[in-house]
Amino acid sequence: MNLSGLEPLAISPASNFVNVGERTNVTGSRKFLRLIKEDKYDEALEVARDQVEGGAQILDVNMDEGMLEGKAAMVKFLHLIAAEPDIARIPIMIDSSKWEIIEAGLKCVQGKSVVNSISLKGGEAEFLRQAKLVRRYGAAVIVMAFDEKGQADTYERRIEICERSYKLLREKINFPAEDIIFDPNIFPVATGIEEHRRNALDFFKATQWIKENLPQAKVSGGVSNVSFSFRGNQLVREAMHAAFLYHGIQHGMDMGIVNPTMLEVYEEIPKDLLERVEDVLLDRRDDATERLLDFAETVKGEARSKEKDLSWREAPVEKRIEHALVKGIVDFIEEDVEEARPNFEKVLGLIEGPLMDGMNVVGDLFGSGKMFLPQVVKSARVMKKAVAYLEPYLEAEKAASSDVSKKGKILLATVKGDVHDIGKNIVGVVLACNNFDIVDLGVMVPLQEIIETAKREQVDVIGLSGLITPSLDEMIEVAKEMERQQLDIPLMIGGATTSRAHTAVKIYPEYSNIVVHVNDASRSVPIAQTLAQPKARPEFKSKIKQEYEKLRDGYLNRAKAKELVSLAEARSNAATLDFDHIVEPRVKGLQTALEFDLAVLRNYIDWTPFFQTWQLHGKYPRILEDKVVGEEATKLFDDAQKMLDQIVAEKWIEAKGLFGIWEAERLGRDDIQLYENGKEKAIFHTLRQQTKKAAKAPNLALSDFVSPEGKDHVGCFAVCAGLGIEKKLVEFEQQHDDYSSILLKALADRLAEAAAEYLHEQVRKDYWGYAQDEALLNEELIKEQYQGIRPAPGYPACPDHLEKTTIFELLQAESIGMSLTESLAMNPAASVSGYYFAHPDSKYFGLGKINKDQVVDYAQRRGISIEEAEKWLRPNLNY
Amino acid sequence: MTKEAIFKILDERILVLDGAMGTMIQRHKLGEAEYRGQRFADWPSDLKGNNDLLSLSQPQIIKDIHRAYLEAGADIIETNTFNSTRISMADYNMEDLVPEINRESARLAREAADEYTAKNPGKPRLVAGSMGPTNKTASLSPDVNNPGFRAIDFDTLAANYREQAEALIEGGVDILLVETVFDTLNAKAALFALEELFDDLGKDFPIMVSGTITDASGRTLSGQTAEAFLTSLSHVPLMSIGLNCALGADQLRPYVNVLNRKAPFAVSAHPNAGLPNAFGEYDQGPDEMGALIREYLEQQLVNVIGGCCGTTPEHIRVMADLAQEFEPRKITALV
Repeated sequence: MNLSGLEPLAISPASNFVNVGERTNVTGSRKFLRLIKEDKYDEALEVARDQVEGGAQILDVNMDEGMLEGKAAMVKFLHLIAAEPDIARIPIMIDSSKWEIIEAGLKCVQGKSVVNSISLKGGEAEFLRQAKLVRRYGAAVIVMAFDEKGQADTYERRIEICERSYKLLREKINFPAEDIIFDPNIFPVATGIEEHRRNALDFFKATQWIKENLPQAKVSGGVSNVSFSFRGNQLVREAMHAAFLYHGIQHGMDMGIVNPTMLEVYEEIPKDLLERVEDVLLDRRDDATERLLDFAETVKGEARSKEKDLSWREAPVEKRIEHALVKGIVDFIEEDVEEARPNFEKVLGLIEGPLMDGMNVVGDLFGSGKMFLPQVVKSARVMKKAVAYLEPYLEAEKAASSDVSKKGKILLATVKGDVHDIGKNIVGVVLACNNFDIVDLGVMVPLQEIIETAKREQVDVIGLSGLITPSLDEMIEVAKEMERQQLDIPLMIGGATTSRAHTAVKIYPEYSNIVVHVNDASRSVPIAQTLAQPKARPEFKSKIKQEYEKLRDGYLNRAKAKELVSLAEARSNAATLDFDHIVEPRVKGLQTALEFDLAVLRNYIDWTPFFQTWQLHGKYPRILEDKVVGEEATKLFDDAQKMLDQIVAEKWIEAKGLFGIWEAERLGRDDIQLYENGKEKAIFHTLRQQTKKAAKAPNLALSDFVSPEGKDHVGCFAVCAGLGIEKKLVEFEQQHDDYSSILLKALADRLAEAAAEYLHEQVRKDYWGYAQDEALLNEELIKEQYQGIRPAPGYPACPDHLEKTTIFELLQAESIGMSLTESLAMNPAASVSGYYFAHPDSKYFGLGKINKDQVVDYAQRRGISIEEAEKWLRPNLNY
Repeated sequence: MTKEAIFKILDERILVLDGAMGTMIQRHKLGEAEYRGQRFADWPSDLKGNNDLLSLSQPQIIKDIHRAYLEAGADIIETNTFNSTRISMADYNMEDLVPEINRESARLAREAADEYTAKNPGKPRLVAGSMGPTNKTASLSPDVNNPGFRAIDFDTLAANYREQAEALIEGGVDILLVETVFDTLNAKAALFALEELFDDLGKDFPIMVSGTITDASGRTLSGQTAEAFLTSLSHVPLMSIGLNCALGADQLRPYVNVLNRKAPFAVSAHPNAGLPNAFGEYDQGPDEMGALIREYLEQQLVNVIGGCCGTTPEHIRVMADLAQEFEPRKITALV
């Protein structure tokens, strides 16, 4: 769903939960009501501004109050908002139970807003009339679970009304499904009334049902309703809201009307309170309401205390700060900073003194290889927390003082079409530790935004990151545009698929300023330091020029030398396998979605790449004993295990998967035709090696592993482990905890790989059943000692990312929340997809370089232009 | 021509829109008397500068301008009706002439286009009914001391646009072009009116929308980014969305590229002939502008290309020649 104010807001399955600011609502805020009644619109605008600054992504505006001229108040307030670019930036939710107020509001907003709400209350004809107008005014719509008989208050009524509304909207007026949002009614719990006990639970269940049964529909709700019976007890209310949201999001809730500035973090709700709140929300015990009421009486004004004390706490405060930074201990930093604050005339002195001194120690230790990345990230967490604490004081001083003496400003972005950001985040943390100001634009950043921000923020360096191969092209686009606009900003390139060679050959020539490839996070520091000083640039530039031009010439010469065989020749040297023993799969067609047990998956994790993410190199488990990095690797491994325990116990994320097996036959030489019930279902297009082979070595293509006679089978799968991860990430972000954030993402990646491994095993032993007696240990699985293969599009055997679209269609992967970006990166980031081939002689191989004859042939088979084929296959082209 | 047929051509090749009407009228150096013609000789208010009125008072001049653009190779010509709404015609007390001006302007363009289609049936020429932004904004207050004030509202705009569109259709246009949108809310009112009108007529026409990015801030006058502008108008199944006016091809390019990357519709651009010089004149020549347009086409940014202020048949000829060299941008619903 796309919405807009002055700026766009895209809401996709991969988006985080969307906060709708609720304070500009006369029914929910007495203060706002008073301001409107007293005609104090200036102050009312400040309420709106607070909501936006507090993180609201949509602004709910409601003027439904008996004493107000609702329509006039709505129009006036929306007109005033339109004149405030800080507020009008975000989309508006026009909230009223009266159609005439909604319609008046719709006539005032230039962006694509959300109507809240319409329903079947007044019958089908009126519902459809209003919906058609909503569409015509260019808005999305919230449909309340309300019909001619009244408001839905049970699970059954909720889903009945939502389904009926959905069908009417889709079938009668073709209302776009992605613009339909349901509000399945959040009602108060713990009211003492027996019928209200299941209010929250029924909402959660209805939400899940909607997400599973009404494609693309979203779910929203007014969250503060749930705690209505605890008015006046803010502590309990906030805990209830946080817990409600936590479970709501788990069940698929996309957005909620909340007060974004007053959200308690789920993890930080005291466990005893949380238990009682969840007893109520989830209707877990008969006396839940009484217990929460009793508790509510006791918590008014109670404070928490801590007693842990360690020897280093005896040292002077500045030493303690350094210790906390170097050791990455976050527990006492705020109190230490507060204690040290009066010792400095200005807060800036505290930051530039003890805090920066501590970070310099960290930087030195990291630079000299005595500290490792996970520690640095933990140290950064401490620093961030300290600075966040000091921020208000700093703001107050700002007028008087000059800017903080940063080393330079660096813009970081994962390019458009790509969702991977672990590496980029690590670089951001490491650079921030070294006193750089970081402007992190996140993932999927369009080039225009990169360049506009770079200009506006006057950054010293732009750093681009990406993981999948199409991102390389996007980086070239950014470089071209920087050239076109004659920017004077050096460009750093990093990320897993990038390389010095690619940068030198493809990106460097496009931008006449400085372009440099950065191999890893530790390397980013000296390079950034050089680039941030304009004086140092010319020397660096001539060094890079020499290096890259040499690399480029060498590469181009070598590339020319590569001799390939023609496609016809390669085909005549295809592998000829024996297809006498085809095993009939036990199941065929698309199978129902699987939800994996994370406790099982963790046993399937391949840990070596996990350590690589953190730049600790060595094979697991030997790395834990390594002389140099062993100690840190062990600590990191322990932290990972602890987090995994929590992930499993508290279901932080969900891992889901889909697979199917179809009858198949080789089509021509290099394609595979899939059948379902005898009918053509889909075609997999494969690519064939064209390198000159030694005698008897075949030129392989994946199609060789499928019989040309039919009666054979292939499968495909898609798994992901990042579902629901956003909630935790937001929490970590709020706590300035990059360490946990990166750790969680890295673990989600591992769990996705583990899910692929686990599912493949199930398929071999059970669903397909061609290896029923297999008994391999995890190490043997990692070494791929099983029969059959599961190659993934975008990887060496089948580098064409376009195959993912075929696989996603076959599997209907959106049904479990997976999607593809325009560059065909999988979203969520922690995802794996691929094919299944069962033949005993099937094996992994690398395609290598191919010639134009194959590209032309391939483009024709796939029905795309040659240019498009070249675009997707660029890294493999031999010309 | 039917909507389906137009969409089909749009898939196959780059369509060329004509250039500026005002620039061509200026070449005639018309005085008050010429603007009035015989019919309005005694009209009580000044009429010089009312370009749209020339469709009634000097139809031959307007028709010849259309012919010049058709001769240069334009596939789509715009009717001389940029200001032909009651809101804008109030400046001349000519509100009641609005239906007639629109109908007659459409008819002039229709005749010229048909003439050229008859000459070369392989290149059918289309008429787009030009619907300008009016001289009032629904999202902004003209009074800095009263930001809540509005000089115009949605319903009035919609009624104005409906009256204009109805007359344009009567006069025989193929397409309706809501252009130079500097306030998205005005455009939403126009689209609302068009959809209501199509419902009542039981027939719909292709709609082109073209916005205006006012300066290097990359935003419309009403403050939206190009992408927000696109999102706000995507509820209607448009023939194309694009940008025109205010900037030259060079400055406009990044914003056209945003639409190229995000729009599920065809994309159009009709930039000015550069930025105005110190005398307010546009002096970017056909070849200079052509070199910039070539970049657009090479990179497949657009499906429809044309010119706005300062462009002439010479500019359009260069574009028409270029358009034949390149494939149009691919129109696909994005992932």
